[in-house]
Amino acid sequence: MTSNPSSSEVVLDVDNLVKHFPLTTGVLVKRQVGAVKAVDGVSLQLRRGETLGVVGESGCGKSTLAKLLMRLEEPTSGKAYFKGQNIYDLQGKALRELRRNIQIVFQDPYSSLNPRMTVGDIVGEPFDIHPEVAPRGQRRKRVQELLEVVGLNPEHINRYPHQFSGGQRQRIGIARGLALRPEIIICDEPVSALDVSVQAQVVNLLEQLQDEFGLSYIFIAHDLSVVRHISDRVAVMYLGRIVETGTDAEIYEQPTHPYTQALLSAVPVPDPSVRGQRQQIILSGDVPSPANPPSGCRFRTRCWKATDKCAEEDPALIVRPGSNHESACHYAAVREDVVVQH
Amino acid sequence: MADPTPPVVAQAEAPETTETTVRTLGRDAWHDLVRKPTFVVSAVLFVFFVTIAIAPGLFTSLSPTDCDLALSRQGPSSAAWFGYDNNGCDVYTHTIYGARASIMVGVLTAIGVLLIGGITGTIAGFYGRATDTVVSRLGDIFFGIPLLLGALIVLVSFPGGADTPELVTISKVVLALAALGWPQIMRITRSSVLQVRSADYVQAARALGAGGVRMILKHIVPNSIAPVIVVATIAIGGYIAAEATLSFLGVGLQPPVVSWGLAISRAQDYVRTSPHMLLFPASALSLCVLAFIMLGDAIRDALDPKLR
Amino acid sequence: MATTQAGIVPRPDQAGVTPLLEVEDLHVEFRTRDGVAKAVNGVSYTLHEGETLAVLGESGSGKSVTAQAIMGILDSPPGFVTGGAVRFRGQDLLALPDDERRAYRGRSISMIFQDALSALNPVFPVGWQIAEMFRVHEGLSKKDARKRAIELMEQVRIPAARERVGDYPHQFSGGMRQRIMIAMAIALDPDVLIADEPTTALDVTVQAQIMQLLADLQRDRNMGLILIAHDLGVVADVADKIEVMYSGRIMEQAPVHDIYAAPAHPYTKGLLESIPRVDLKGQELSAIKGLPPNLTNIPAGCEFRPRCPYAREICKEQRPPLAEVVPGRFSACHFAQEVLEGDIEPVQQ
Repeated sequence: MTSNPSSSEVVLDVDNLVKHFPLTTGVLVKRQVGAVKAVDGVSLQLRRGETLGVVGESGCGKSTLAKLLMRLEEPTSGKAYFKGQNIYDLQGKALRELRRNIQIVFQDPYSSLNPRMTVGDIVGEPFDIHPEVAPRGQRRKRVQELLEVVGLNPEHINRYPHQFSGGQRQRIGIARGLALRPEIIICDEPVSALDVSVQAQVVNLLEQLQDEFGLSYIFIAHDLSVVRHISDRVAVMYLGRIVETGTDAEIYEQPTHPYTQALLSAVPVPDPSVRGQRQQIILSGDVPSPANPPSGCRFRTRCWKATDKCAEEDPALIVRPGSNHESACHYAAVREDVVVQH
Repeated sequence: MADPTPPVVAQAEAPETTETTVRTLGRDAWHDLVRKPTFVVSAVLFVFFVTIAIAPGLFTSLSPTDCDLALSRQGPSSAAWFGYDNNGCDVYTHTIYGARASIMVGVLTAIGVLLIGGITGTIAGFYGRATDTVVSRLGDIFFGIPLLLGALIVLVSFPGGADTPELVTISKVVLALAALGWPQIMRITRSSVLQVRSADYVQAARALGAGGVRMILKHIVPNSIAPVIVVATIAIGGYIAAEATLSFLGVGLQPPVVSWGLAISRAQDYVRTSPHMLLFPASALSLCVLAFIMLGDAIRDALDPKLR
Repeated sequence: MATTQAGIVPRPDQAGVTPLLEVEDLHVEFRTRDGVAKAVNGVSYTLHEGETLAVLGESGSGKSVTAQAIMGILDSPPGFVTGGAVRFRGQDLLALPDDERRAYRGRSISMIFQDALSALNPVFPVGWQIAEMFRVHEGLSKKDARKRAIELMEQVRIPAARERVGDYPHQFSGGMRQRIMIAMAIALDPDVLIADEPTTALDVTVQAQIMQLLADLQRDRNMGLILIAHDLGVVADVADKIEVMYSGRIMEQAPVHDIYAAPAHPYTKGLLESIPRVDLKGQELSAIKGLPPNLTNIPAGCEFRPRCPYAREICKEQRPPLAEVVPGRFSACHFAQEVLEGDIEPVQQ
């Protein structure tokens, strides 16, 4: 690790971001009957050179968060400051400038590459859109350099995506994301569609690139062990909110929120010798619909600690007594018997 | 950590895909197509009909105006394999020369609907919201008008005379059919664009700051056009049949234009006594329509990766 | 087909006991336009009553194709079983005509899939679909079948089963749909249940619930359970025996505790080492280099050789047979003993 990310400057400051997707009925006259609260008040900070892991199950809003931060979706309310500017205020030239600085790597290496374009065209597209970055004559060379950086053969520049395997395609997607030399890369489940033996290659590549280019990552995933490996800080999301956040050690070794504890206890451990020794919290029921989240604490319907207070009072994400990181639970308490000692 | 090691990985992965030939969707489709009897048969027919349309002189030494009333409605013989019509014109020659007008109407109408329907469908599908609503409702209105009835009304409202040039007559029919046929293509294009629009690679382009035109031309159109082309090819057969129907009803192409529809129209009064007048142009029409539909089907099968 | 070919070393099993399910030297190939893909190349394994066998492998390893061949639901063409035997209580299923074979499906061997949504018919209520099993196979009346369906839904722990019996598949969450699939699979009380990546599409907390359910059902009904998975984590808690597949062949077979403690094949070792560990945070993960082989062009010699850090000259020339390393453990590696004991150095390339 080159520098200590916890002391470096904040590059992205997200303040109370909200995204509600309206639910409408009516054929001619649309009437709003409700809203899917996909992201419901998320605040976070990303520092230079740091990796912030965002974990949560499907439907927790982590992918919508990624789209909001990329400004592929407009938020219902809230702000996100990149170098002091609210990214949702930017228009025209300033927005294009922002695009150069925040890039994304998608989950699905198959649908994220245009099947009708060659690798050279895919990786070179950023230069077509931002011609000021690379003079026309140099583009091919730049593309080949990028392919080499991500561990692909630069001679494969004229091939089509279907001629590559999933892991190689993900490398192509990473090369495209790197082309404009962004400061932030949002990785939306970048390894979950890959074979186990290839996942580690891609994780290693992302870490190398971070060291080499001083990138900041927001690493969204549901695989807790990968997130732990790559992240400096971790935020746990549930139903559109962050329920607990802290350094990787704080989250994984001293989890205080019951949901984090349940999540950790459910992580399969590749070691049969701990069978039966580890406390497994099997949560009952399913995640409630984000269109109709429970009152008060959103986790209370599945929580074994829930009381009347949880139904009435929404717990804030603050540092709770007995721990030194933020947790959104009235009864936050460190529990270590669920911790993965692997 | 000073020297990262991606080149090692590159070497390890390189042997995997080096010696495979370059494969594109087009090449794959072609590979499949040439092994399909349906395609081969329909392609041969297609080439045959197009050749007739371009160079009818290759197939007959007579001209469609070489008519002798004395030969009126004579049946097929060794001198005239298809016999003569009521004006004493050689049915074979008329069938050959009729291909040009019929196929021109079919192909030009298909191009017309592709342009109108393709552009409106792409815009509706890509921009969505109000644009989509307006274009879709407009399409619904046109879709509600039966093709033949609508064309009939249009053509009756703008009649032509015997002295109208051939191309003008053909253009009128083409415009009438295209004006009513585009919503079908618009719908197909729109749904195909909707599918492609949500793909991650379009999102990636948007994240890079690509504009609407770029996204449409580079990403949307190349990936959404295949089903549209297929439907348009199949529709050519339908347009040729519609032209024949309109001409049969006396509002489509007018003499002196020679077309299958006109020939069939002329034959209607003599079906019992001189069936050959109907049989040959009608067979040519059916075969041509069938060829286009089969061709469209074969292309669809080849382009649809799910059927592989 | 009882002949053992060269390279297949017969494995001693519990003496005198006919195994519940026995796959012997199974070969499956897919005849595609790009050539013949050899998906399964001589897979043998046995399953006893009450045993949980985990079959591990990445995509293209042949783990699912083997299961499809056992069930007789291989897409043919392009897939063809080109050799081997699948014996259920001694009866070779591959030798049976189609109609006789069908009788085994559901009653003797049944299967659940990764994608429960596409495996359920969207236009019928789930209760009706479960009840259908009883009406068709056991000739129960509509009322009795419905009662049995509700019982079964309760057994797979679907809350408020009585009220939800008339709901349609899309009204259930992913985890609940997988429970419905499980209910249908165990409806006819099969002796063998094959679960093909049953939790891959599910979230971790739901995954834990489903694995627990499968383990409980397996124990209560004394079924043989074949659990197909792609990562080592999920199966560690429930499996008795592990088969690691690669490139259509079994690379290693061992009791669950042994394999995690000390793998006897470089591939298994590579998989175990590529899992992120706390004590290695901040370091590079030890990744297996390269990619799985193209099944239309499997390299000569050992299939894993191009990716193996220990590959020697012999690995290029001879394909190592699956052979016993220590009693009860088998590995298809020329240097299995050395790998097991950690007594081998990576070759510098």
